[in-house]
Amino acid sequence: MNISSARRLVAVATASAMVLLSGCGARVSDDTATAGEGTSCVDTSGSSVKIGFLNSRSGTMAISENTVYNSLKLAADQINAAGGVEGKQLTIVAEDGASEPTVFAEKAEKLIRGDCVAAVFGGWTSSSRKAMLPVFESNNALLFYPVQYEGLESSKNIFYTGATTNQQIVPALDYLKEKGAKSLFLVGSDYVFPQTANKIIKAYAKANGIEVKGEEYAPLGHTDFSTIVSKVKAAGADAVFNTLNGDSNVAFFKEYKNAGLTAEAMPVLSVSIAEEEVGGIGIGNIVGQPVAWNYYQTIDSPQNKKFVADFKTAYGDAKVTSDPMEAAYTSLYLWKGMVEKAKSFAVADIQKAAGGVSFEAPEGTVTVNGDNHHIAKTALIGKIAQDGLIYTDWTSGKPIEPDPFLKSYPWAAGLSG
Amino acid sequence: MEILLSQLFNGLSGGSILLLAALGLALTFGQMGVINMAHGEFIMAGAYTAYVVQNLLGDAGLSLLVSLPAAFVVGGLLGIALEALLLRRMYHRPLDTLLVTFGVSLVLQQLARDVFGTAGVDVAAPAWLSGPVVVFGTAFPKTRLFILALALVAVAVLASLLAFTPLGRRIRATVQNRSLAESSGISSRRTDRVTFFVGSGLAGVAGVALTLMGSISSNLGTAYIVDAFLVVVVGGIGQIKGAVIAAFVLGVAQSWIEYSTTASIAKVVVLAIVVAFLQLRPQGIFVVRTRSLV
Amino acid sequence: MNLKSFLTGRWAVVGGFVLAAVLLLVVAPALLTPFRLGLLGKYLCFAMVAVGIGLAWGRGGMLVLGQGVFFGLGAYIMAMHLKLADAPASTGVPDFMALISSDGVPFWWEPFRSGAVTLVAIVVVPALAAVLLGLATFRRRVRGAYFAILSQALAAAFAILLIGNPRSTGGSTGLNNFKGFFGFSLRDPANRLTLYVIAVVALLAMVAVARQLMVSRYGELLVACRDAEERVRFLGYDPAAIKTFAYAVAAVMAGVAGALFVPIVGIISPNDVGIVPSIGLLIGVAIGGRTTLLGPVLGAIAVAWAETSLSERFPSGWTYAQGLLFMLVVAFLPGGLASLGPVLRGWRDRLRPAVPAEKTSVPSLSGGS
Repeated sequence: MNISSARRLVAVATASAMVLLSGCGARVSDDTATAGEGTSCVDTSGSSVKIGFLNSRSGTMAISENTVYNSLKLAADQINAAGGVEGKQLTIVAEDGASEPTVFAEKAEKLIRGDCVAAVFGGWTSSSRKAMLPVFESNNALLFYPVQYEGLESSKNIFYTGATTNQQIVPALDYLKEKGAKSLFLVGSDYVFPQTANKIIKAYAKANGIEVKGEEYAPLGHTDFSTIVSKVKAAGADAVFNTLNGDSNVAFFKEYKNAGLTAEAMPVLSVSIAEEEVGGIGIGNIVGQPVAWNYYQTIDSPQNKKFVADFKTAYGDAKVTSDPMEAAYTSLYLWKGMVEKAKSFAVADIQKAAGGVSFEAPEGTVTVNGDNHHIAKTALIGKIAQDGLIYTDWTSGKPIEPDPFLKSYPWAAGLSG
Repeated sequence: MEILLSQLFNGLSGGSILLLAALGLALTFGQMGVINMAHGEFIMAGAYTAYVVQNLLGDAGLSLLVSLPAAFVVGGLLGIALEALLLRRMYHRPLDTLLVTFGVSLVLQQLARDVFGTAGVDVAAPAWLSGPVVVFGTAFPKTRLFILALALVAVAVLASLLAFTPLGRRIRATVQNRSLAESSGISSRRTDRVTFFVGSGLAGVAGVALTLMGSISSNLGTAYIVDAFLVVVVGGIGQIKGAVIAAFVLGVAQSWIEYSTTASIAKVVVLAIVVAFLQLRPQGIFVVRTRSLV
Repeated sequence: MNLKSFLTGRWAVVGGFVLAAVLLLVVAPALLTPFRLGLLGKYLCFAMVAVGIGLAWGRGGMLVLGQGVFFGLGAYIMAMHLKLADAPASTGVPDFMALISSDGVPFWWEPFRSGAVTLVAIVVVPALAAVLLGLATFRRRVRGAYFAILSQALAAAFAILLIGNPRSTGGSTGLNNFKGFFGFSLRDPANRLTLYVIAVVALLAMVAVARQLMVSRYGELLVACRDAEERVRFLGYDPAAIKTFAYAVAAVMAGVAGALFVPIVGIISPNDVGIVPSIGLLIGVAIGGRTTLLGPVLGAIAVAWAETSLSERFPSGWTYAQGLLFMLVVAFLPGGLASLGPVLRGWRDRLRPAVPAEKTSVPSLSGGS
């Protein structure tokens, strides 16, 4: 065979492929007709039912996601010990998302179509969630996503048990305003969460007479913050709003301290630093800085005391509990509540029953919003203390209804457009 | 003015970090042509050594001083192990060393995750390195001054080692013409091993320095390895002075471009500069003149 | 049958192609579930990249550490077209862009509204990039380690650029959520099967092209460049042109693979094109036997399959396995598994010194520096 005949082969093959395509494939226009393709293969006839955990057990995000896996596992073990869900024991199928969106999408499909799980719990980065979203929608399956995120999303196939923007970022801004901040400097990692968050922050600032003195992004994993800290210092804002992710926080806070900046003179409010991360940053570098979440290990309630004690019994005394871990733990109980209310494991039944399902979570009472699939939760601003734990400094007082598209905030009009 | 000064300093400081990371590479890549992708993980090993030493000793100041030699030895031993077990048989296949050492780096990273956990750990800086020194109204972080000094000391020690000791003479002879050096009675075997020890040891030292700047986790090395290689490539093989100039030029360029644009763009622009520069001088800033055609 | 006669025997070649086509087009779809077949389609995309790497690296001695760039070019071009085609007709702005900014579609997206331009660009853009880069570096005799490091730095810069421009490239999420492929719904299993068939045909075509190049006069020149570039130059040939051509062919193969990866897998992100995946593409080639025709293909498929099945059982096990494979195969079996037979025969012969040792036919390898 010579090259020209090889080319001929390609041409013939392409032509026949085109014929094949036009012969029996559905066009995009008749897509609605094929939606029934996602019929579930979940088997609920036996004495157990399968659920999927999809967390990054390897790669850069394993740092955070292993802890989520642990608390999901704890919740499943507790539920099983208490008799399971609707009398059925939970069988866990765990998959590794490997910190890569592509892998998350592939493993999600494997869990849904290969293992036929009733629901999937996991994901951390917005990238991983956005990668999985079309998989869950096209297969009409359920994902429980446990991390605070940038909002502007609401899928009928995803339940968001972390905070959306009006339960974390907006209260954090209210807090800074209350403390008298007249100007802000925005520092974030270069990806969708910080960019969307900063868009919201700028709209809020404009409406409230707060000046934004600068906005800087660092590539994910960036380790040299000398230039960015120089800019922050030169700008001299009243506070810094920090949406950096992962390891970058360590380099940033070390640089911040070494440049002579302090929490008293120019506080840095962070929305991605929880109890887990404080140790890696070094308590001395971050003590006294404020953070915004919906849960801290120090919350004084019987539910939380039990959660923390159970977690330490299962994984060791040195372990801490953090907001995403609590949200993951809560997500499994919320799913249990939905199934029991619907008396069915079927996706459509759960979607119908979800609204109003409530759980006495370690963070307080949480209630599922049936329209946008987020949950009402209380916003807490905390301060990092010398012992590495975070203590509540300010609270919204009552659960805030989730509003992922910020529809009820006049200043946010046009953001979600 | 203040910004001008502090940005110049930030650039020099970034350059000194690059230099520390690249110095050992300049030696191993320069002398043996070995492309050691695991160099970044030797840096990581140095950083974890500092962590372990601090946990054993407690005092931050003392442990920093103890960590420096300890990390040098840890890095050096890792280097010798790599050389003896794998690279020894591969000197005639320099490109393949890149792949083999990439494999080593994957294993070392995973090993670090399994031993120290996936979460980053912290090494506290001693009190005498905390905060800035203020000169002419410009703040210079003490940690960065320390790293700058450390890099200069490392260069001075390495340069005098190469220039004035018998070992240095042997190393230079092997770099310039391996077979001629061998026929003059130099054991290139032993020279290689010692060179690898020193080069990898310097990676360990760089790791200790990095604990002052950022997080210590299993992917510490990956952040620096490509930049370090670029420094060596731009500097020219087998040359310490080339690496020094290249590191500082790239460091200053990075921080200046970053100041007027963003960190992402700065990284890409610096790379474009490197490619353009190699068009002008494919062998780097300084070339060791040999009669070899290659 | 030894490899050389396999490569040259006309009937063996035709027979091999028919056998592969039957296995991939009839047996695999019959045995595998749609999900597993989709995974196999993904492996085939990696195999296409591997064919090119085998040519450039195995035959040409160029350690191409940045194939992720060309893979990514093809993939993102295809993904841009699919996103634009999915965009609501009223605005013409893809969903993710409308969410994050209100600036509309960047000008450099516009050409890819056209399907024809997209298909041409998938071939031309990677080829052009490779020719420019190849001429720039090879003409200046940048080679060996320098070339490897440059191509690696290029992959790093490419990923940084993609991540740093979320408004136009989707940032670290990349581009996903494609509904149709040139008007055909990607949700329909029949269409997904067709995509798989296209991937099989593309791979077979690439293997045919690679084989043709290898047995041609050009193929011999390429090997000569690898083993003794100066001599080729003294004989009056232009090594830079010879190497650039192989580099460009490898780039086109990677680009087409990327373009098929997008509809088959349904997502492309910077994680699939940076330094680590770029090197990851090499391991299959090294294991299969870099200098052979089929070694890279089989190696790439085997490695991708092993990654999927191993990571399903032991999350961190795959990293160890990948690392060890790199170390052991490259250090101790540089010819890959394809050379295992001859190497073993060599050992046996050494154990029995009485028998005059037969010259083994391990493809020779040089560092290429």
